[in-house]
Amino acid sequence: MTNHWIDYKNSDVFMNIGGNTAENHPISMKWIEKARQERGAKLIVVDPRISRTAAVADLHVPIRPGTNIAYLGGLINYILENELYQKEYVRHYTDAPFLVNEDFTFDEETGLFSGVQDDPARNAKKYDRSTWSYQKDAAGNIRQDPEMQNPQCVLQIMKQFYAQYTLDKVSKITGCDPALLEESYKLYASTGQPDKAGNILYAMGITQFTHGSQNVRAVAMVQLLLGNMGIPGGGVNAQRGQSNVQGSTDMATLYHIIPGYLGAPKAALHPTLADYIEKETPATSWWANKPKYLVSMLKAFWGDHATVENDFCYDYLPKLDHRDHSHIGMYKYMGEGEVKGLICWADNPAVTGPSAGHKREYQTKLEWLVSVDIFENETAAFWKAPGMNPAEIETEVFLLPATAAYEREGTKANSGRWIQWQWQAQNPPGECKADLQIVYELFKKVQEKYADGSGAFPDPIVKANWNYGKDEDPAQVDIVKVCLEINGYNTSTGAPVTNFVGLQDDGTTACGNWLFSGYYNNLDNPACKSRIKEKEGIGSNLGWAFAWPLNRRIVYNRCSADPEGNPWNPELQVFWWDEEGKLVKNLDIPDWPGAWSFEEVAQFPFIMLPIGRGRLFSDAVNDGPLPAHFEPAESPVPNLLYPKATFNPVSQRWYDNYAAVGDSNYPYIMTTYRITEHYQSGALTRNIPWLNEMMPELFVEIDEELAESLGIKNGDLVRIESKRLVHNGEQGGIEAKACVTNRIKPMIINGEKKHIVGMPFHWGFMGMAKGAVTNDLIPSVGDANTTIPEFKAFLCNIRKVV
Amino acid sequence: MKKSMLIDNSKCIGCRACQAACKQWNQLPAEKTEFTGTYENPPRFSPITWTKIAFREYEQNGKLSWTFTKLGCVHCTDAACIKVCPANAISHTEYGTVVIDEKRCIGCNYCAANCTFNVIGFDQAANVARKCTFCYDRIAAGMIPACAKTCPTGAITYGDRSEIMALAERRLAEVKKNGHPNADIYGVEELDGLAMMYLLKDGKENAEVKYGLPEKPRIRTAAHIWDLVFKPVRAAVVLAMVFALWINKSESAKEKTS
Repeated sequence: MTNHWIDYKNSDVFMNIGGNTAENHPISMKWIEKARQERGAKLIVVDPRISRTAAVADLHVPIRPGTNIAYLGGLINYILENELYQKEYVRHYTDAPFLVNEDFTFDEETGLFSGVQDDPARNAKKYDRSTWSYQKDAAGNIRQDPEMQNPQCVLQIMKQFYAQYTLDKVSKITGCDPALLEESYKLYASTGQPDKAGNILYAMGITQFTHGSQNVRAVAMVQLLLGNMGIPGGGVNAQRGQSNVQGSTDMATLYHIIPGYLGAPKAALHPTLADYIEKETPATSWWANKPKYLVSMLKAFWGDHATVENDFCYDYLPKLDHRDHSHIGMYKYMGEGEVKGLICWADNPAVTGPSAGHKREYQTKLEWLVSVDIFENETAAFWKAPGMNPAEIETEVFLLPATAAYEREGTKANSGRWIQWQWQAQNPPGECKADLQIVYELFKKVQEKYADGSGAFPDPIVKANWNYGKDEDPAQVDIVKVCLEINGYNTSTGAPVTNFVGLQDDGTTACGNWLFSGYYNNLDNPACKSRIKEKEGIGSNLGWAFAWPLNRRIVYNRCSADPEGNPWNPELQVFWWDEEGKLVKNLDIPDWPGAWSFEEVAQFPFIMLPIGRGRLFSDAVNDGPLPAHFEPAESPVPNLLYPKATFNPVSQRWYDNYAAVGDSNYPYIMTTYRITEHYQSGALTRNIPWLNEMMPELFVEIDEELAESLGIKNGDLVRIESKRLVHNGEQGGIEAKACVTNRIKPMIINGEKKHIVGMPFHWGFMGMAKGAVTNDLIPSVGDANTTIPEFKAFLCNIRKVV
Repeated sequence: MKKSMLIDNSKCIGCRACQAACKQWNQLPAEKTEFTGTYENPPRFSPITWTKIAFREYEQNGKLSWTFTKLGCVHCTDAACIKVCPANAISHTEYGTVVIDEKRCIGCNYCAANCTFNVIGFDQAANVARKCTFCYDRIAAGMIPACAKTCPTGAITYGDRSEIMALAERRLAEVKKNGHPNADIYGVEELDGLAMMYLLKDGKENAEVKYGLPEKPRIRTAAHIWDLVFKPVRAAVVLAMVFALWINKSESAKEKTS
């Protein structure tokens, strides 16, 4: 999130798109209700069905799964056509006035941008992005038209690009009534008034698509146009589906980053530290400090072994090779026998992965599998899955019993980037250990094994800084030592650094994650343990825990005031400057370097971007500088905007088990989701009888008309089929109970009636409440940037079990 | 001091944290259930299910509404269960709430059979009736009821009756203004007042369909008859039953020893 949960109370209009905030983030509704009660705020829910969030919304806008860009493109068109954007904001804080390269083009037949190339290795397209750039004058400055009338300026290019996204066209694509579309556009665009705040909250219903990154881009563009970035009550707010998934992302749980969102080094591009620094450090923006963060991280990893002479052990850092290391890629290689062992840590891909049934089959190729969890989950027990023959499976499985949340101490970073300490409430049972203790012991053992120098490349392991043992008992990990390392310290004195501003690239500082720096800079009273509630203010609660970066609660918050320093909304003023431009009062931590002048700050309010402004037109994504509507990989209709296109041309075509457009064997559009009562793969919640009592079995939501035509009654057992469940030419299926309801309705897509069905995905073959694995149905196909799988829209068939 | 809760179903998101919190605090085991086509579960109240969320779908001005309402004992002022209990096991507490004294309960099941809201469960094994206690143990210790404590959105508010009445009026005005012109309060006139009050966002009309609450709750005629005709001789009836049970027990004991 750019903003935070409590800041929801400052919003005037919420758009919950591709998220289900009431069911999956119930506490968010406390703040939404507060805004509704105290400000008369309105809640728009854009969702194919009436979820529990849509049920309490002021306006529910049903759209077909996978058509978010059509919907948001229509909103952008509506804003531009009716000049509802916040003009001063857009002029000063975004790239809207910048002129785009004359060679930039977009083909409305094929949906392809300039620079397109074939990418045979990925069976897809790729782009040379050189034309996705701004025009520069002889001095190297970006050319611009402050009046935003030049046809080459970003605003005009956008206007032309989205002119096709008319109410009629968007209605034909999304299946939503044009009057309802317009009502929602009008309501949300009302936040383009300078003193109104619009908040777009989303989750996996935006990201889990072959065009997921572009969905997020479209959300960000709407927020920039309406002047909703960097202001109280605004923001692009990704609601995280797990209490510390923000923290784990910050710590680089994903394959393409290392801690603090530094790009993972690539063997071909970055063979040396100098290559990495040269190619990955922009001349301007806060990222100009990247070398300090990387070198400090290397010092944290390899301690005294990391020196100037050996490039701070940069060679020890693993590099990405030519392979795709995403979840889909990793499992593909596993299926091809390239992966020997797997450690699944609080992870249950045998239930949560796309084409999960195939994933379980691929696991049979493993020599060993370690599962660290509090229960024996489906991934650990894959060899017991229906259809498996344990006698034929050689994989050796190890179970390491872990702890539940309240049986250990440590921090959690919530969606609003607040890093909060959680104290241990009780001791774990039996031999269960905290994750930190498990990884501490595990890596110590690995170091012991490599200590004799016999391994292929022992140095990165044996020389790793792993001195986290308690002084009084080295067998036990000392969590404070780990926190200190993440926070950063001076390598000669060992004293914690105050924050990342003090980090250096000469080896004098070490820091595990620059973004967290400052959260544990006081060993007696660390910020993450602070619990001071705000008495008055805008909800920043600066004394409660620590928010990265630098305890800032709203990022890009300079945008809360106009270039002269007057707040857009005087009731939610964040900063006060005196006549000399000196900051005299602040209700949040300023998002600009202290040394900058008042004028500089107003000129470059987006300090993380090289141009210093919010980008409506960006070359930072693989699949285009402007989000264009593409169908999901499996769709019942052709692309109505770009006739020669189907799904995202840059998305890798991994397998050939996707249903063709309009395949009559799979006539229904499926979307999947979570419900309040269960959590993720259900490994935890399906072992809690009270929750099983409320939601005992897997179900599929079917509209009344479809149910009647298929002879299905409420509570009947039905079979769901997808192309992934075809084995040796024979169609397989999974079974679930029918939930026949009017909460999900057929839609008219381009004049034809289509039925949408929906399923939660929490069940599996282990635990106290068992059920089929929904994700067995899902195609293994992912976003063109992140490879996040497309869980939210695909085709299926349904029949009654007789 | 009379206590009350306001169930504001315009704020309820159906998360059922209250349902789980009730089971957890009162240490009530889970029921074995199945999915029957609705999110609502368990299907009915029982000695181990004292509160649950009703999930109701209905058309309102041509639009489908899906409404969530916390159901359970509403703690009537004019309570059928108190009227019909032959053993004086059910009574109003100092907080104006209704509790069953399990030690006094003789397991006749009249309370459950006559409850206006069908929220009393009968435990056949223990031969006692059970229901929501308004967390008597918690409020007596100065804490708030488990359901109100856990509610994430403020849909359940606990406090003094007078405060809750004032809150209900305030919320009614806000909710009416914010898109629910027919909203109404339930629990002021109903059965001379309910400690569990409701703010019903779409009004009381068809309350059974919309929320699972009787539109015009009444004490059944049979309960009135029982109250008027048999209550005067209740003491005699109970004494007779106790005597009969004692005889029965001593006879059984004799049989065992012989």
